[in-house]
Amino acid sequence: MKYTEDDLKKELETQEYEYGFYTDIESDTFPKGLNEDVVRAISKKKNEPKWMTDWRLEAFRIWQKMAAPDWANVNYKKPDFQEIAYYSAPKKVDPNKTLDDVDSELLEMYKKLGISINEQKKMNNIAMDIVVDSVSVATTFKDALAKKGILFMPISEAIQEHPELVKKYIGTIVPQTDNFYAALNSAVFTDGSFCYIPKGVKCPMELSTYFRINEGGTGQFERTLLIADEGSYVSYLEGCTAPARDENQLHAAVVELIALDGAEIKYSTVQNWFPGDKNGKGGVFNFVTKRGICYKNSKISWTQVETGSAITWKYPSCILKGDNSVGEFYSIAVTNNYQQADTGTKMIHLGKNTKSTIISKGISAGKSQNSYRGLVQIGARAENARNFSQCDSLLMGNECGAHTFPYIECKNKTAQIEHEATTSKIGEDQLFYCNQRGIDTEKAIALIVNGFSKEVLNKLPMEFAVEAQKLLEISLEGSVG
Amino acid sequence: MLKIENLHAEIEDKGILKGINLEVKAGEIHAIMGPNGSGKSTLASVIAGNETYAVSEGTITLDDEDLLDLSPDERAHKGVFMSFQYPIEIPGVSTTNFIKTAINENRKANGLEDLPAKEMLKMIREKSELLEMDRKFLSRSLNEGFSGGEKKRNEIFQMAMLEPKLAILDETDSGLDIDALKIVANGVNKLRNKDNAVIIITHYQRLLDHIVPDFVHVLYDGKIVKSGGKELAHELEEKGYDWIKELA
Repeated sequence: MKYTEDDLKKELETQEYEYGFYTDIESDTFPKGLNEDVVRAISKKKNEPKWMTDWRLEAFRIWQKMAAPDWANVNYKKPDFQEIAYYSAPKKVDPNKTLDDVDSELLEMYKKLGISINEQKKMNNIAMDIVVDSVSVATTFKDALAKKGILFMPISEAIQEHPELVKKYIGTIVPQTDNFYAALNSAVFTDGSFCYIPKGVKCPMELSTYFRINEGGTGQFERTLLIADEGSYVSYLEGCTAPARDENQLHAAVVELIALDGAEIKYSTVQNWFPGDKNGKGGVFNFVTKRGICYKNSKISWTQVETGSAITWKYPSCILKGDNSVGEFYSIAVTNNYQQADTGTKMIHLGKNTKSTIISKGISAGKSQNSYRGLVQIGARAENARNFSQCDSLLMGNECGAHTFPYIECKNKTAQIEHEATTSKIGEDQLFYCNQRGIDTEKAIALIVNGFSKEVLNKLPMEFAVEAQKLLEISLEGSVG
Repeated sequence: MLKIENLHAEIEDKGILKGINLEVKAGEIHAIMGPNGSGKSTLASVIAGNETYAVSEGTITLDDEDLLDLSPDERAHKGVFMSFQYPIEIPGVSTTNFIKTAINENRKANGLEDLPAKEMLKMIREKSELLEMDRKFLSRSLNEGFSGGEKKRNEIFQMAMLEPKLAILDETDSGLDIDALKIVANGVNKLRNKDNAVIIITHYQRLLDHIVPDFVHVLYDGKIVKSGGKELAHELEEKGYDWIKELA
């Protein structure tokens, strides 16, 4: 039987809304399952132009022929993609809303998260786009940014208002065919952020997106597209949380960055999706594709603090296409209990005098597994390319694992590639030393871990460095004893 | 202040301390000397609460409170400090950050608010001047790449900052040249008062020329075999430890 949009509508009307321990907002959720009609329905819901619908359908057809990747050093039960709902919007959102119209319960939820929009607006000089489940709720500071010609809005809005920009760039860095999860995202992405910085403009504030999965049994598929035009600068931060649930939730995002000649993009992530409980039940499956392209004299810098998710599969990468371009990757990945992380980067050197730096800090505790996987590739025409990689692992206890998988492919003799790696364990002697000074073991671990991660923490914007530091402490709570 | 009675301690079933008795009163300085392997450093570690050693018998009390029931950090909160023979490196954590954390954790345990940053800085300045330390040094990672002498001086700096009731200096003189030794000794002397006490563990008498002890104890094979005044240290320097072995 064919499933039409009318059937879908009927089902939505009769659908029972869950009220649980999560924020009590009515939400508008598609029934579970995925087929071409669901893809069309999502596109329709967003009132998208035909080219976008076609692009999604093309991605869906590609996805159907693909298999989930199994080369990563992680073990999990593959999600059943027909058991996931692909669209969930807080119901009271009106497309013509202003900040004052935002649902008070939603605002309350942000307060619980410690990110009250108003507060954020006033205190931090940070423009925020907040994505709950699948829909952007409010973008603050839009007017202030508009004066500089900066576009910062939900991608669904950008498809309506700036289709030429979206059409020109979407899928150019992460094509639909890139990998299984990128293809899925391309077919069903429901929201995310869009950002365009015009030529020569230095964005005067941090741009920030906050993602949250609220509804049970839904997937979250955001699509972020960030374009820094010639000579511009932007610093962008994304934060993520999800409430505790005992099923696994799927999160498959795609981020594409474009740094045109002489532009600089600093992209920071603090990822704190629910990691599952002490026994490894529940938690978010985080399968993310992030990639940026650097044109002449430009720079992309990825900084990530990954403390959440049951499974993390993530390799923010740089294609150093233009001469003299620079790629950087700074990462802290913490795993505790039964978490598994396989994360790292790819630095693809194509242009002359291109430079990349990789600093990865992996911290494993409990029964967790933490892997760094990175590729440094030097193309035949990349004269004088340089890379420096440093991968440090810190182990706590005897039941966790740290793994490093560095790959190097070099086709140019003038390249200089350096790789350093260390593995250390928090020693009994270090803990005793701290204890003797009156610092208890929990605090001592936080101190040692912060010291270990300092090079990366220092790369975060100030206000988030503090938050990230606290997050590290919380993530490792109860990891000894 | 500190009272140790019939203390026995072992590591992996091997007895190291075999019945130590020692009483240290407020305002006193005690030196514990003895040949290598006699159990001097073990005694320091056991007082500080290092769990590598198991106490099989005996008691340790500080102001009549049982220390053996307390974890190492709780002992520190009561005012026990140990200067390590081999100070530990903590990469990425500056001495300033480390000592700030330690002071505030101690204050918290004793029901006090954090020390205001201004006072902390003032105190850091005073104490680093007392020990003639270059303050640039304090922003380096704790003990990482420090010379032996720098590490020891840093231990005494931490002691000066924490103002402990009972300080145990475990072989603080090893690795110090004569100038540094004088500076460190001068620091310790300035910090002593009628309410605190110091136990100096040393192999040689030279530190005791600068910090004059009230009592000297000789440890051999896990027991105190002889106690006396400061002149005992000179006697040991002259005659070596062989005659002591016969006392055991």
